[in-house]
Amino acid sequence: MLRNALAGSSRSILAPGRSATTLTAGFPRVTRRLPTKYGGVYTVTLIPGDGIGTEITDSVKEIFEHVNAPIEWEQYDVSGMSTAGENLFRQAMDSLKRNRVGLKGILFTPISQGGHVSWNVAMRQQLDIYASVVLCKSLPGFPTRHSDVDFAIIRENTEGEYSGLEHQSIPGVVESLKISSRAKAERIVRFAFDFALKNNRKKVTCVHKANIMKLGDGLFLNTFRRVAQEYESSGITYNDMIVDNTSMQLVAKPQQFDVMVMPNLYGAIVSNIGAALVGGPGIVPGCNVGSEYALFEPGCRHVASDLMGTNRANPAAMILSSTMMLRHLGLDSIANNIASATFNVINAGKVRTADMGGSATTSEFTAEVIKNLD
Amino acid sequence: MLSSRYLSGAAQNTLRRSQALRSYATASPTAAFAGQKGSNGNYTVTLIPGDGIGPEISQSIKNIYTAAKVPIQWEEVDVTPVLKGGKTVIPDAAVSSIKKNTVALKGPLATPIGKGHVSLNLTLRRTFNLFANVRPCVSIPGYKTPYDDVNTVLIRENTEGEYSGIEHEVVDGVVQSIKLITWDASERVARYAFNYAQAHGRKRVTAVHKANIMKMSDGMFLSACRQVAKEFPKIAYDEDLLDRACLRITQNPAPYSDRVMVMPNLYGDILSDMCAGLIGGLGLTPSGNIGRDASIFEAVHGSAPDIAGKGLANPTALLLSSMMMLRHMNLNEYADKIEKAALTTIAEGKHVTGDLGGKASTKEYTQAIITKLTA
Repeated sequence: MLRNALAGSSRSILAPGRSATTLTAGFPRVTRRLPTKYGGVYTVTLIPGDGIGTEITDSVKEIFEHVNAPIEWEQYDVSGMSTAGENLFRQAMDSLKRNRVGLKGILFTPISQGGHVSWNVAMRQQLDIYASVVLCKSLPGFPTRHSDVDFAIIRENTEGEYSGLEHQSIPGVVESLKISSRAKAERIVRFAFDFALKNNRKKVTCVHKANIMKLGDGLFLNTFRRVAQEYESSGITYNDMIVDNTSMQLVAKPQQFDVMVMPNLYGAIVSNIGAALVGGPGIVPGCNVGSEYALFEPGCRHVASDLMGTNRANPAAMILSSTMMLRHLGLDSIANNIASATFNVINAGKVRTADMGGSATTSEFTAEVIKNLD
Repeated sequence: MLSSRYLSGAAQNTLRRSQALRSYATASPTAAFAGQKGSNGNYTVTLIPGDGIGPEISQSIKNIYTAAKVPIQWEEVDVTPVLKGGKTVIPDAAVSSIKKNTVALKGPLATPIGKGHVSLNLTLRRTFNLFANVRPCVSIPGYKTPYDDVNTVLIRENTEGEYSGIEHEVVDGVVQSIKLITWDASERVARYAFNYAQAHGRKRVTAVHKANIMKMSDGMFLSACRQVAKEFPKIAYDEDLLDRACLRITQNPAPYSDRVMVMPNLYGDILSDMCAGLIGGLGLTPSGNIGRDASIFEAVHGSAPDIAGKGLANPTALLLSSMMMLRHMNLNEYADKIEKAALTTIAEGKHVTGDLGGKASTKEYTQAIITKLTA
């Protein structure tokens, strides 16, 4: 059914097996069976997050209830709006470490220097969920300025510009450290090639700025080139592109990209451009995975405080992220059911939220998805 | 990790003190043009034709300027680097010409690829303290892209940030690259941005940042912008996260036509090329580097060695850069006239070069513009 929903894109003819949220194969395999309760019920940590988080995770909860998904939520209403939430944040982290799988919205991060560091980043670093995967794919029922876009963004999640190491040498002079390590570069590059291999993708592009940051990004690029050679026999081609040129190419000819791998900051830029190409942050799912833990969150990490509490947010990105989670847990049929229903609603175009030009509320959209379930 | 906020709280106090101390330290107002006309009634401008297609497109500009009777005489210089005391530097003649004239127009330069070679562009930036890079992107009628309502102006800090060039390998396989942000440079570029907004009738300045992650460095950039904003009560000021700016511009660039964006070096580099992508690439986008000692206007596209000397190159980017130069020199009426002629020529589509889907040579395109000018 999902195949039919996406048949409009040319790529699906070449690779009929891949849907917009297929991810199972790209994951580092869970070696141990995840802890379940009686009756095969999985306990999953749920962190709705700030802004529209509560509304869109409510939508997921409602749908899961409807399909009777064997998921038990352990919910933590952490908020980054004030540092007072720190204790709850720690509890949520402990829960994630117990359950090893989580679904989360985005936590607000203050920009003032006195405010706490980004808890979103802290989670990724502490759990070592090093690979961020964001999928940008044109939806046949929702034409945008660009068509036939279908690429995956693999972003290093734990170092680079997000190291959090900064100091003021003398008043008025600040140094911020970007850390690049060969081990982490190699890890993410391998992830990208494995992802390409297992998801039937043909090309991996390394995005960098090695012409300026000759050592830091140079290390990333050289590691990429070295690892790429190991995958040559599989027929996967590779190239590299400077990040400014990449941004320009993305808005002009996005069809040329397949799998993209990059250091942390460039990932923030590319995933937002990518989301804008296919219809906005409301429909782009994402996840962060490592060898131990997996945390699923919308691909564009926006808090969207302006929409908070208005019942106007688009829950599709969160719903699709949750289907990625279901696949991760091996619950493929439930995942496919929910994903197909969501794509059907979007492609039919009758019930759409404001960001996609419609007038439906979050709850109306959710109800329509439920109506479309098998 | 979480406890590091106490540290940054202390740092903030230090910063506040430093700002109080520094309030007197203001950059020269706007690096406004102060050149004088020569005895023949013309301003002298340094021309760096550049490599590859550079000489052809520079000739095109010269012909158009002659036809439009722009009060400018060119002083052509060569910037091929020379070895001086073991370092590669720009020849003295070029440096003194630009210093004297304070304005230069520059074609594309081929940066030799090699290890440890500092790019000529970087050398020029350092030699003349070119602190702000101005990158306007306006949709060109007649050249269709998925976006037809682009009119953005982006001002990029040009001297520090991620481009400080300070990097080292701590141990094998671990590299630290230092992003350097200073109060002085941030304030200087912010002030230029506000002045630019005022002079060009834009109502708002938006600082683009990532201060939620880089709290001290981007945070200081924002503090500098906020302080300068107070001096310009008539210009609105707001801030936008880099992520959000990328998203919103790509979704719909129209709301950005009322403002000037200002940001640190790397973000500016990426976003300016992204905006260029919206309107059709670097062949159609002008660029200006504003400095304390001089200002250099340039085409940011490559030197296209594959079509060099064949008379096929598109001179539009260099021509539009020279329009920015004329406006910088307060020769607005000439700029308006030439710009109109060039844009109508492109819109008609009869005499445009290959990259715009036409068949015209550089000369034919140039002649078409001149015909419009003299009609």
